[in-house]
Amino acid sequence: MAMVFTTKGEMDESLLEKKEGVVDTDNEHTTWVEYWHNGEMVHRSAHVTLKKALVLSAAAAKIG
Amino acid sequence: MANTQAMCTSFLQELMQGLQNFTTSTGNSFKAALYEATATYNASTTAYAVTNEVSGTNYTAGGVAVTNGTSPQSTNASATAGVAYWTPSASITYTNVTLTTAFDAVLIYNNTNSNRAVSVHTFGSQTITAGTFTLTMPTNNTTSALLRLSTT
Repeated sequence: MAMVFTTKGEMDESLLEKKEGVVDTDNEHTTWVEYWHNGEMVHRSAHVTLKKALVLSAAAAKIG
Repeated sequence: MANTQAMCTSFLQELMQGLQNFTTSTGNSFKAALYEATATYNASTTAYAVTNEVSGTNYTAGGVAVTNGTSPQSTNASATAGVAYWTPSASITYTNVTLTTAFDAVLIYNNTNSNRAVSVHTFGSQTITAGTFTLTMPTNNTTSALLRLSTT
């Protein structure tokens, strides 16, 4: 039995309603999972993978 | 009012001043703090601040340490161009937190050296309830690394 950390303490996953989602953009790939118990959200986690790097452009000026 | 993904302008100056050192072991230590979606962290951010930082169960002000297991690297693409790059060597993880106010940005900053700002990275707005928030880093190479300094 998988246990889930919730606002009510550790709960058996089988007692909970599970909702999952994915967001994929140029900037990120995100997955999230929610667990609900009797209409109340008792757990939400999210996992964001950053895609877009920040780039600094550098230059050396010509002398003369 | 919004956070904007950017390399902090003060960071560029501080690289020239030798105030930001990403060398593994002998360099500075870096941390990652989360900010509410209503905040305005961007290229003009110069240092970590508590203003609009998230708060909640199991989240400590200032955020968490950034794992730096790989020093910056560089490679030449030609006689006149090249890339230097760096990426944290592990995901940034906030474990068993409850963050009920929506947040959409993380500030990487130098907590060895006056909490000087490095960069702001944004993502879709999130809340966390008795859960874990993980930021997985891009591949550490010349095209994808989190921070890249490039000449062309």
